[in-house]
Amino acid sequence: MNRFLAFVKKEFLHIFRDVRTMMILFIMPIAQILIFGFAITTEIKNASIAILDKSKDEVTRELTQKLLASDYYTVSDYLSSEAEIESSFTKGRNKMVVVYEPQFAQNYEKNGVAKVQLLCDASDPNTARILSQYATGIFASYGEMAQSNGIQAEVRMYYNENLDGFYMSIPGIMAMILMLVSAMMTSISITREKELGSMEVLLISPLKPIQIIFGKVTPYILMAIVNILSILALSYWVFNVPVKGSMALLLFECILFTVLALSLGILISTVAKNQMVAMFMSLFALMLPVILLSGFIFPIDNMPLVLQWLSNIIPPKWFIIIVKTIMLKGGGLAHVWKETLILVAFIVVFVGLSVKKFNVRLQD
Amino acid sequence: MIQFTNISKSFDEVKAVRNVSLSIDEGQLFGFIGPDGAGKTTLFRMLNSLLIADEGSIELFGLDPHKDYKKVRQIIGYMPGKFSLYYDLSIEENLNFFATVFGTTIEENYHLIEDIYKQIEPFKKRHAGKLSGGMKQKLALCCALIHKPKLLLLDEPTTGVDAVSRREFWDMLKSLKSKGITIVVSTPYMDEAGMCDSVALMQNGQIHAVESPKAIVDNFQKELLAVKCNDMYKALLTLRNYENCYNVYPFGEYLHYIDKRDSKPIEDINDCLLKHDLQEIEINPVKPDIEDCFIELTRKLSV
Repeated sequence: MNRFLAFVKKEFLHIFRDVRTMMILFIMPIAQILIFGFAITTEIKNASIAILDKSKDEVTRELTQKLLASDYYTVSDYLSSEAEIESSFTKGRNKMVVVYEPQFAQNYEKNGVAKVQLLCDASDPNTARILSQYATGIFASYGEMAQSNGIQAEVRMYYNENLDGFYMSIPGIMAMILMLVSAMMTSISITREKELGSMEVLLISPLKPIQIIFGKVTPYILMAIVNILSILALSYWVFNVPVKGSMALLLFECILFTVLALSLGILISTVAKNQMVAMFMSLFALMLPVILLSGFIFPIDNMPLVLQWLSNIIPPKWFIIIVKTIMLKGGGLAHVWKETLILVAFIVVFVGLSVKKFNVRLQD
Repeated sequence: MIQFTNISKSFDEVKAVRNVSLSIDEGQLFGFIGPDGAGKTTLFRMLNSLLIADEGSIELFGLDPHKDYKKVRQIIGYMPGKFSLYYDLSIEENLNFFATVFGTTIEENYHLIEDIYKQIEPFKKRHAGKLSGGMKQKLALCCALIHKPKLLLLDEPTTGVDAVSRREFWDMLKSLKSKGITIVVSTPYMDEAGMCDSVALMQNGQIHAVESPKAIVDNFQKELLAVKCNDMYKALLTLRNYENCYNVYPFGEYLHYIDKRDSKPIEDINDCLLKHDLQEIEINPVKPDIEDCFIELTRKLSV
């Protein structure tokens, strides 16, 4: 036990004395969450649009006001003819042009129908779709107010009433940061011993492989817990993402996932010969699948079938499902026990493999 | 006693150690002398159980490093060729760490390391990465000694260390030997061979001779001449082409020359060099040292 404690103490000293490690462990997660939270959102704010108002009556003015009041749009140009539409897309940054037909108010009052045309710059299809949808919604709601007949669909977005993009990414960011901190840092710190040659001395010592591995891992579990808490605190206080379910369960699942990431890190370190290789393996073998296949950014349901199958062996996928269920839907263990078991199974496999691969010698 | 029997080890295509057999007595200061790549480190790693031999067997105080690796690892103090302590830990922290890991304390075996540790103790708060080469080596030795090993295994401990520190280091080894620890050292420096009780000359994975340094020198039977003149390079080429030349090689500021004939050839060589316009010629018989013996041995094997 003394041996183990001495080892853990040594690991802590390594971490605290290396500025770069400290930055990766503590500054980077916070920076990442802030960047993702503020900059990378799928929402659209203040997209610039142009208005071609051939009618210029009180109804079109009111509609334009409604568009502007929504925060989604700012008007950069008022056009005077169709000829200007093309150039307003090409020269400017306009994403959409709204065209009101002539005698808009008259047509609307007489026939109950007035035509408005939305022209979108679809070189960025997602933005175009979202912009046109927002605008259609705004026009439709104006129509409903004016004449309350016909069938009205009332939409309510559960678990994320405002459709905040950040709700979506918080579980993904957690998965990414925990993966990075745990898997990459452990694999690097173990391979560093190999590179320095101190692994030779450790192997010769009476330390058991299991003690070396757990000694390496323990400090990073603690670091990861600090990270989890700071992510949750930031998302709660800065971005107002609530934790609807049990906090204790959420923490437990996070720690479980950390252990999973650590066991992956150990597995990598048993294969990688030096720090460089370990880092690239963690980055390419872990980070890319986490970002691309876990459902963090691209919905898994929309993927080709092969990739959907593949996503099943990406551990963060299950973690993201768990976190979403607990944080946003308020689900309990009864709702996530399957995913939790899958995480446990991954851990068993990875730990088994790395204990088998961890060599008490310098070669096989 | 340590016994190697017909040990061989290959890495892919490279035969690092070829059919090595030798024995080292308990309490000896034993040296493996040979150039880089001779197979010394591989041999050491097989002895300390980090590598398994392809063929042959090793016995170490009655233990087999392959099967009884746990026991073997407890009685060995190993200092790898590369400085392999932690650069970001201080002297004291490094030593404490290794003491604890080996299940002991600094106080318990302080008597073993006292002489060495005293020299670096004033800097005990300094990080190991900021130590000089000689101090690093002393620290590494302390760490290898802290669990009171029966066998001290030092892989090229003096590489990259200045001459004075090397001298000191060998004095330390001698005093450790007097405390009953068997010491096995490898080194590429021929001049250090003289400090050992017994040396094995190693090249290309093979052992050429295992004897006391004195016996190795005594076995050198040729007449050795030291040659000096104004243009050493030209002299070297000239003598290489000289018909009676057995071997000639640069040795410090001299050339060492061995003649094929048994008679004293000083006059002949002088004539030969004069004929080639060389001046300030100086030729003296000298006593061979261990390096001459090593060169002679490798020459015999390569012919």
